[in-house]
Amino acid sequence: MATDTRVLAAEFQYLEAHSLDEALAWLGQYGTRARVLAGGTDLLVKMKTGQVQPEYIIYIKKVAGLDYIQADEAGLRIGATTTLRKLEGCAAVKTGYSALYEAVRSMAATAIRNMGTIGGNLGNASPAADTAPPLLVYGATLKLASQAGTRLVPVEEFFLGPGKTCLAPEELLTEISLPPQGSESGSSFLKLGRVAADIAKINVAVSLQRSGRNCTACRIAFGSVAPTPIRVPEAEALLAGQEITEDLIETAAQAGAAAIKPISDNRSTREYRLKVSRVMLAEALRAAWQRAGGVL
Amino acid sequence: MERQWVKLKVNGKERQLFIKPNELLLNVLRDELGLMGAKYGCGLGECAACTVLVNGQPMLACLILAVTMEGQEITTVEGMGDYDRLHPLQQSFLDHGAVQCGFCTPGMLLTAQALLAENPDPSEEEIRDYLRGNLCRCTGYAAIVRAVKEVKHPA
Repeated sequence: MATDTRVLAAEFQYLEAHSLDEALAWLGQYGTRARVLAGGTDLLVKMKTGQVQPEYIIYIKKVAGLDYIQADEAGLRIGATTTLRKLEGCAAVKTGYSALYEAVRSMAATAIRNMGTIGGNLGNASPAADTAPPLLVYGATLKLASQAGTRLVPVEEFFLGPGKTCLAPEELLTEISLPPQGSESGSSFLKLGRVAADIAKINVAVSLQRSGRNCTACRIAFGSVAPTPIRVPEAEALLAGQEITEDLIETAAQAGAAAIKPISDNRSTREYRLKVSRVMLAEALRAAWQRAGGVL
Repeated sequence: MERQWVKLKVNGKERQLFIKPNELLLNVLRDELGLMGAKYGCGLGECAACTVLVNGQPMLACLILAVTMEGQEITTVEGMGDYDRLHPLQQSFLDHGAVQCGFCTPGMLLTAQALLAENPDPSEEEIRDYLRGNLCRCTGYAAIVRAVKEVKHPA
């Protein structure tokens, strides 16, 4: 397979879906021989470099009813082909889901955010995917559709490893739903890259609920420190039900850093990731706590 | 692989192309339509030298299958202005010395045009944020940002 990125040497049959039924029928028929194309920012790179060689490309950007953001008392529902840029521009995301807003803001170039979709970011299943830690801390649910029907999967069960998800070959991710956020809740996302618009060396998201001076519930998720984005229950448990102080935040941040097992790769080293994870988690906790109305 | 007809609008003109599904928008623009403004830089979505506007939004032509562009409106730098009638941004780039080797310039101009359409009077920080994915290997960023900031009556 040629790896000249000037052209796409691979040959395939192009299938342009205009309805969900059509896309699911092709997925059912071709399964592992097909790949779903939406924004193309991951798939085309992988095809150019020969990492994947699908016989069929199913283009789903023209499927009506997959590109939407609906915010109401039941929370937020996001269609899978919604672009990152559309999420960034959505008032309900910006005001109600700070961690998700900060994640999409931090991602890539303007042009890439105009192309890339949230469904693609999840389906690509990079351990560094920036939308994953926020969805983990919000307890998002993913809707997976096939000709046989739909099933709902908690985002925590979706990622199986680098590039691997629980999506069956005949299934399509169609919707991401996030529960409503109360007035005494707050969330935040932080990422460390080499330069702006970079892939994360490490990223972290926090979501917590406040009652007075106490944190009633807390979720913490890291990306780029394990084969999949992960939660760190060790640190979460230290905060839940406790009065939040600077000391407790530092203790929880240390516990979070101790719980992760990052590797060294071409973006960063294990040692560096361990060191900065503590600082990043402490900062993310402070930001989320203050957004929940808490004082320090 | 069978060729198929794709109808799209490029710089305001209806075009019909007979292309294979694996042809990239960038190569179709350059090789079939002779529009050399969009450049091949990295081919991987890192540099944004291939930026074009799709329905007014900056996108990377090296990562777009041309067949997916049926019915869409593409703008390349050739659609912004020409030697006799420069776009205000092009004039500003000249006035501020914002063009060095010129390789990133088409992408910079188009991305800046999209920024000004959304936000007619952006701050320096907003300009740097919006253009952050467009790499200039001459590192001429300061002049580029000034050129966008001080553009006269943007279109």
